[in-house]
This record gives sequence, structure tokens and C-alpha cells, in this order.
Amino acid sequence: MTTDTPTIVLVGHGMVGQRFLEALAERGLTATHRVVVLCEEPRPAYDRVALTSYFSGKTPEDLSMTDMEFIEKHSIELRVGDPAETVDRSSRTVTARSGQTFAYDTLVLATGSYPFVPPVPNKDATGCFVYRTIEDLLAIEEYAKTATTGAVVGGGLLGLEAAGALKGLGLTSHIVEFAPRLMPVQVDEGGGAALLRTIEDMGLSVHTGVGTQEIAVDADGAVTGMKLSDGSELSTDLVVFSAGVRPRDQLARASGLTVGERGGITVDEQCRTVNDPHVFAIGECALAADGRVYGLVAPGYEQAETAAATIAADEASFTGADLSTKLKLLGVDVASFGDAHGTADDCLDVVYSDSRAGLYKKLVIGRDGTLLGGILVGDAEAYGTLRALTGSVPPISPESLVLPAGSGAPAQLGPAALPDDAIICSCNNVRKGTIRDAVTEHRCTTVPEVKKCTKAGTTCGSCVKVLGQLVTAELEAGGVEVDKGLCGCFAQTREELYEIVLALRINTYQDLLDRYGRENARGGDGCEICKPAVASIIASLAPTIGASGYVLDGEQAALQDSNDHFLANLQKNGSYSVVPRIPGGEITPEGLIVIGEIARDFGLYTKITGGQRIDMFGARVEQLPLIWTRLVDAGFESGHAYGKSLRTVKSCVGQTWCRYGVQDSVRMAIDLELRYRGLRSPHKLKSAVSGCARECAEAQSKDFGVIATAGGWNLYVAGNGGATPRHADLLAQDLTDTELIKLIDRFLMFYIRTADRLERTSTWLERIPGGLDHVRDVVVEDSLGICEELETLMAAHVANYRDEWSDTINDPEKLARFVSFVNAPDTPDPVVGFVPERDQIKPDLPLLSIGLRPADDVLEGTAQR
Amino acid sequence: MTLAPETTDLKVQLRLGDSWFTICDLNVLLPGRGVAALLPDGRQAAVFRDRTGNLYAVDNRDPFGGAAVLSRGLTGSHQGRPFVASPLLKQRFDLATGQCLDDDTVRITAYEVRAR
Repeated sequence: MTTDTPTIVLVGHGMVGQRFLEALAERGLTATHRVVVLCEEPRPAYDRVALTSYFSGKTPEDLSMTDMEFIEKHSIELRVGDPAETVDRSSRTVTARSGQTFAYDTLVLATGSYPFVPPVPNKDATGCFVYRTIEDLLAIEEYAKTATTGAVVGGGLLGLEAAGALKGLGLTSHIVEFAPRLMPVQVDEGGGAALLRTIEDMGLSVHTGVGTQEIAVDADGAVTGMKLSDGSELSTDLVVFSAGVRPRDQLARASGLTVGERGGITVDEQCRTVNDPHVFAIGECALAADGRVYGLVAPGYEQAETAAATIAADEASFTGADLSTKLKLLGVDVASFGDAHGTADDCLDVVYSDSRAGLYKKLVIGRDGTLLGGILVGDAEAYGTLRALTGSVPPISPESLVLPAGSGAPAQLGPAALPDDAIICSCNNVRKGTIRDAVTEHRCTTVPEVKKCTKAGTTCGSCVKVLGQLVTAELEAGGVEVDKGLCGCFAQTREELYEIVLALRINTYQDLLDRYGRENARGGDGCEICKPAVASIIASLAPTIGASGYVLDGEQAALQDSNDHFLANLQKNGSYSVVPRIPGGEITPEGLIVIGEIARDFGLYTKITGGQRIDMFGARVEQLPLIWTRLVDAGFESGHAYGKSLRTVKSCVGQTWCRYGVQDSVRMAIDLELRYRGLRSPHKLKSAVSGCARECAEAQSKDFGVIATAGGWNLYVAGNGGATPRHADLLAQDLTDTELIKLIDRFLMFYIRTADRLERTSTWLERIPGGLDHVRDVVVEDSLGICEELETLMAAHVANYRDEWSDTINDPEKLARFVSFVNAPDTPDPVVGFVPERDQIKPDLPLLSIGLRPADDVLEGTAQR
Repeated sequence: MTLAPETTDLKVQLRLGDSWFTICDLNVLLPGRGVAALLPDGRQAAVFRDRTGNLYAVDNRDPFGGAAVLSRGLTGSHQGRPFVASPLLKQRFDLATGQCLDDDTVRITAYEVRAR
């Protein structure tokens, strides 16, 4: 480093310090300057906002915000664990604890703040902690191992987080707040009441309106309790002080810089100290030009940008920031924005309060109807829209903005109603107009692209939902052509990929991806959308293109959805259900007994399905081969209940027994089910055969349904039950057995060839040009001349069908995959548990109980600022 | 020196604190698929290998559904970043960092993993 390279020394490497370094790099200042960072903590910048998530399983590494590649790439000299001790402004040098002295041209102080500990007797006793750094958390976690009760001094944001953390560590937790309500800064009395009820329901004890007078200690000097200002005593083993923070301005004070009366290094609108043009202060240690110290990360980021811009001789200023916040605290949404406490003259409140449900919503409205601010507790859904409307007269009445849906006039005010200068992302100060420009001028078409282009939604994420609505609306308005490709890896539709695979006999996914994938996807690992879709195409065409017809062979195993990979249906707790094929719903008493014995021996829950078979639930992954060995021995085959393939062909009892039946519907159902079993298709296929027009098998609600007539069979196609029921359309009448099967062969293969992924026959028929008439032309009249090929493809499938469970239990290498843990195959997954219900079992899912840390639900909700 | 993978007996190891915990033979890992491993403290890791041979490990638990099934998810790459999609409700997680790609506020533990 030559001596004439100007040097920037940054004191403090927290979130704001790191943002400052990034801002320097963006402006090219790291290339022209030597940059030295003095960091007090033993680790580089981490996400202090998400500190509490350490207790829900995040590691200090997870919380890190520092990319060491970035530090190295920009030759930043980051000195961890080496805080600045003195600043000599006359010689422009900083001396670190290590004794090393650094000369600076520009000094930036980002020293943050320190936790305020009220001056009560024994405040430094063993068992007293603060809540600010990862080291604090490690110490609390260690001490909590021998404690049963914990108390938090301070019922603000951090205090509530700390109390939740103590509860998560298994302690009985108390919150002591001097103010008459929780979160006194953010919410008013009503909001505090709604919050109190919810917090107390979680099992935390709240003591408001009382101060801490003394910490009681035992003979060894360890905490035993607290004496409170109302004369009561609270016994506790551990105390966490979380009564606010104060700017760390000692270094500045000692060097003669001006600090505010209540602390904070006084700076101007460029974040430059008022005494010394070579020294800047940013973040929580700075007293901004508007006379405030900002304790939120977003204003700190803005100050970091301002200081970096000023050093680069760009114009920038920080004149104050929006203090709006939305957070999820112990699982409760809390938001405040604008003039939340109604301090403006003549303002009026609109309040909706339901303390039973823990809801409180208040809007502060000016005389002229301008929305000035508000508080939302329990439901902050409207925050994004309301914050953006602040400062304007909302286009609809304010009451309708806070009333719950369904009560009179529920109003859904979409982001379209916002003016262009409404701020959508307050963390990064991005206006609606900027987001619209990103779509219209910078050709962004997705939310991630817009986030990258505008930085909106990249900090707290609370605006991402609104962002998505804006992007969609703008795209639609601009008539932008939407990419019809299968996914981010393939620009082709599923139909086009099918044609490529068939025409070129491509029989591996990697080959297809590397040759026909999008440029940036070639050579990659594909994605969860195209892998199963291509696996299905390959499986449908396997015999024709020379691929293995066994879905667990070679590369194909890696492409299958989890259900296909384990040849069973994954259930919510990680166990599987098993469905053997029962063609046509016909089963012998011996077969029923085998299924009953297996279900009994493995303790499975049994239920009759809608498709006339039996589903057995609750099998652990390592039990699947054992269950199937017995099923295969008894002559059962896979029912493919897990696959996008033929499920069942349901039947009524038909002519054989029924007084009304005109054909043998059971035999036809069995023939069809055995013919098409194992056929992989774009979505599942269901079928049924009815023995007469009474239609007891409900064939007209199936993908292909057959109804007996006096003269043969009628074929119906593209029916569906489910969420969007559709009656099947009649494709052809009075068919012989041979004609019927030939027509179904063609219909299914034409569907498999032309449908989109996960497109049932019903939606496919509605979508394709020409609809039913076109399909009839193709498969009945052979208008495209492809019927012979369609029949050949189906014949190859039928000839090559093998039962995949039978293949699997005879293949030791495949069986080795059916284990709970690769390193402990005999240990069952402890998460899979069951409890009794109605003489059988049901899943008992111990949510969030994995791992050693007793992470309670309450810890899921950590602050999102 | 280049060793053909099939002639070596490399082990997959996970970093736990300061030590390396052996999971299984490298050749057990099918490119594009995961396995579940039980860690000494009772936690579970999902270990993956991509088509170029890179190894990844994340917590096996799906933070949305609660079941320990991420090892059974499909893997892929998104803008050069490897991910696994949960088999429950398909949320994707960056395999290198554990960050959920569909919900910025959710991140699972990612482990350092090596073969030797």
C-alpha cells in the first residue's frame, strides 16, 4: 500500500458498517482507497435484527451478513476483535486495542449502541445479562441450563423477544415494564391491551407499571430475585436487562467531537460530524440532523449510503426517516406507521378493537381526511397499503380499511389504488413509480428481478406481497408476452419436449437439458418442475426410446418426485401410505385377509378409497419393503397411487349379478386396469365402467369412462370430479371390445403427447384448439394420420409393463434406499409418531421439536424490521 | 493425481463444531438425490450430491410442515444456486446457505460437508 493512497477507517462492523462497506464498493471507492475496519466483536457483521432466531436453531454462521469473498475482493482490511481505543484528530490517527495505529483521511464511526442497564443495586450480579450480541445469547443459554425462572426488565420490542427466548429455553418467564403497557413506544393503550392478552395467553407473566428497585442476591452473589417498586418481590434465577439502548459515543466524546445532551454524535445532513469534516458518524451512534437518534436498521442503511455518497463527492443527504415498523413478535403481528400516537393538532382516531381475538387497529386521520398514521396489532395485513397511503386522503372511507372482512363493508384496497409517489418499500425508500418503471422500462418480469433492480423488498420483506401484485398488474397492463416455457430450465412446453424426446430418441434427462435447455440451465441440475415432467415423458415412451421402464433405474431415480422415488404416498408426518392394486375393485376373501393381516401386523391405519381399493397409512420408510414383500408374495402389485399414472378402473357389479346389467362391466374394468397399469402420464388417470345406463360406477366423472349399452360400449372422455367437476363428453357409441380398447389407446396416447404438465384430461380438452371435435377427428377419424403410431406406442407400453414393487424387493441396491437414516438404518425417524383415534392411529406431529434446543412455537416469530 | 471415484472409498463427512462426523460412503449418494443422517445430538441432516459431485447438507426438517423429509425432496439449480424442494409443500431451500427461496424470512441450518 503506497502512502499516497487515501485511507478510510471504519470503526465498528455491525449491520450499518457492513452496508457502508458495500456502498463504498458500489461507488468504486474500495479501488481508490485503502479501507481499514476495526471490529470489536469476535465475529464480523451479523444480522442483529434476527438475533433471537439463534434460539430457534440458527447458528451464528447463519446470522452472518459478511461475505468474506466480498471483503477479500475489495481488499478491505477487516480486523475482527480489535476495537478502536483512541482517536487523535489533530494527527488523524486511530489506535486500536492491539496497539496498532492507523492514519486516516476519512474516519467513519459506526459504533452502534449499548444496552442501558438501570442503576439498581446488584445490577452486575451473577445471572444478570443484557441482550445485544451473539456472545450475550451464548452466555444466557449456558446460564439457563441451571435456572428455572427468568425475568426480563423492559417490555419493549427486544424485551418481548428476550422473554420469548427465555421461555423457549424452558424457563418460567416474567416481563417487568415500567410503563403502563407493553411496547410503549410503538403502540398506544388499546394496542398494548390487545398485545398483553395474547402474550399472557402464551404463558408469559407480565408486570406493567412497576420498576425494578434492586436485584436480590444470595451469599455467592448470584441472582435470587427482584424487588419491585410496588413493594412486591419476584423470585428469579436470571435477569435480562432490555430497557433500551444508548448511543456508543465515548470514542467521539474523548476525541472532542460534539455529542447530544442525551447522547449521540452530532452530524449534519451528510452524516459528517459538525466539528470535523474528516469524521462521519452513521447508525445508532449518530444524532441525525433532525435531532433524533435512529434505532432502526433502515435509517442506518440510509445514513451509510449518504456517508459513502458524500465521500464519493456525490450529492446525498439524510434529513430524517420514517419510523414505520412491522414485526412479528412472539407470533403476533405488530405494526405502527406515521403519526401513530396522534400528536398532530385536531386529528381524529378510527379504532377497531376486539381484545377477545387479540385484535387492535387504529388509524389517525387529519381534519381534512388525510391518513396520518396508525397502529395495527394482531393483524397487520393492511400495513403495506396503509403505510403507502399515509399523507394522502384514502380513496375509500378509513373505517372500511380496518374493519375485519365480512363485517359490513370489508374493503380490499389493492396497490393499484396507490399514487405513483407512494412508498412501497420503506426500508429502501422505493416508490410505486420506480417499481412500475422496473417492469415497463427495465423489462423486469418477475418479483426477484424487480427486487434486484430496485432493491425493494430486499430488507424486511414486508412489502413483497404488494410488490407481486404491482408486477402482475403492470405486466398485464403492458401486454407483456408471458414465457410459456415449462420452467426456468426449458423454454419449450411439455408437448414440445415430448416431441423432441420421441423424434430424437433422447432417453436421459441430462442429455435433454444439456442440448435443449435454456442457455443458462445447461449443465446445471434442473429443477423440481422439469425433472418429474421429463421423467414422466421418458417413462411413457420408455420402450420406444430405449430407456429403462423401471422408474428407479439409474438417472431416472433422481428425477422422480418423492412419492415415485419411494413408490408410496408421503403423508404429513413423513410416513407413507400403501395402496395395492385391486383391479376393478374385485378382491377375494383371501386377498382381504392378507391386507388385513399386514395392516394389523404393522399397526397401519386402513381406509377404503373412492377408487374401490384399500389404503394403508402410517408405514415408516424402512417398513415399505417388508410390507411389499408380503403383498407381492400374496400376488398383489403396485397400485400406483403415488404416480401420475393410471389409478383405478372402478366398476359396478354388472350383468353377472345385477338385474339391470347389460354387459360384464367388472371384466371390462379389470381388462382396462391391467392394460393401462403403470402408464406414466401428465397427471393421474381415473376410469370406471358401468354395466348399464344407471351409471353406478360414475364413469362420466372420469378421465375415460365406459358405459354398457345393449349393443356394446359407449366411451366418454375428459370427465372430472374434484374441485372443478366436469361431465365427460361422449366420444363414440356402441363399440365392440376391440374398438373400445383401440380408441382408448389412441385417446390416452394423444393426451400424453399433447397435454401440459399436471393438466388433467378435462382441462386439456377445454384448452386445446378445436376441443372435443378436434380430438374426435384425430383419434376416431385419424385426421393427422398418427393413430397407428399412437397404437404402437401403447402396445409397447403394455408389452413392457413390469410391477415396480416386485422389481424393487428383488434388487438389494434399490432396497438400500429404503432406510430412515443412511448412518443409522435401524433407528426409526423419531419425528414419525402416532396417537390413537377411533380404534386406529393418526399422525402425531411434534411440530418444531427437532433438535436439542427446546424451541417453542413462540420463537418462530422473530422481529422482521 | 486423479482417482476414479469407484476405486476409492471416500467417506462423506459433516462438520460439527471443530470435528468432522462421518455419514456414509460417497458412492451411496445418488447425484440429484438426498439421504437423511442422524447426528450425535439427535438432529437430522439431509445430505445431497449434485451432478458435478458437489456435496451439500442442510437440516432435514421442513420448517413449514414440521416433518423430517427434506432429504427426500427434489434438487435443482436456480441461477447457479443449488436447492432442494420440500416434498411436502414444495418450498425451495438453497443447499449452500439454507435460505428458503420462497420465503425470505425462513432459513434452515446448512452444514459444511466434505468427502475424504
